[in-house]
Amino acid sequence: MRVAITSTGNSLESKVDNRFGRCSYFVFYDTESESVEFLPNANRESVEGAGPASVQTVASRDVRKVVSGEFGAKVKAIFDQLQIQLIMVPDSNHTVAQIIEMLKNNN
Amino acid sequence: MPRQKLMRKIDKLPTFKGFKPMGKIDDMAPVVMNLEEYESIRLSDYANLSQVEASIVMGVSRPTYTRIYDIARKKIAQAFVEGRTVVFEGGKVYFDSDWYHCNSCDCYFDHLRKELLVEKCALCGSSNIEQFVDTKKEEDSFEVVCEMRVRSRTAGCRRGNTFNNI
Repeated sequence: MRVAITSTGNSLESKVDNRFGRCSYFVFYDTESESVEFLPNANRESVEGAGPASVQTVASRDVRKVVSGEFGAKVKAIFDQLQIQLIMVPDSNHTVAQIIEMLKNNN
Repeated sequence: MPRQKLMRKIDKLPTFKGFKPMGKIDDMAPVVMNLEEYESIRLSDYANLSQVEASIVMGVSRPTYTRIYDIARKKIAQAFVEGRTVVFEGGKVYFDSDWYHCNSCDCYFDHLRKELLVEKCALCGSSNIEQFVDTKKEEDSFEVVCEMRVRSRTAGCRRGNTFNNI
């Protein structure tokens, strides 16, 4: 199962980004192969529609769970429709590595 | 440009993709049934709700619900009589999911598959979880009893775009 995590930087020590649509990087973590992939967010500077565009990026990679600080109202409806689970970690200082560690222990 | 359709709330997705007639060579175009039409059949004929109740559950007006239900019945009749395949697909819908809070890692997560029980946190796997209730939302909600469960009408006038192409 693949999980997307929003990140402020492109290393495992970066913090989880509080915004979903305009996060700096997406981290794709595969729970089976334990592979980690970083993808810069192309919608970071968009004026409008960053959320739905980011959903498209995430959904095209066959993700089943998304971890971020917050999700916008538009995004929530689309994720529900795509049957992708949302996990919010509001105002946390978790690093990407910590989140991955939690997901690893979960399985 | 015509006014955009309201988003329709779907409670339960069909667990399969459609129906096929027996003993017939499948050469006709299938009848495409939107998810909101499937939901209207489920609410009106399976759960035995009145159209007013069902329209509140789906978050649309009563006349709109009647129209959806009418189309649904016509499509089923067409499929029955002409022996066509029925496919559940598309529609301007969104799914309502409940939010849960994990006390162990302080995260919030939603639960999409309602038929399954929430046992552990989606992130850390802890069983120390509770249902998250938005107190502000609950106050002005209008409740309907449906299938021995109380649902809240919190998203009566949601507007949005269709996201069929994602």
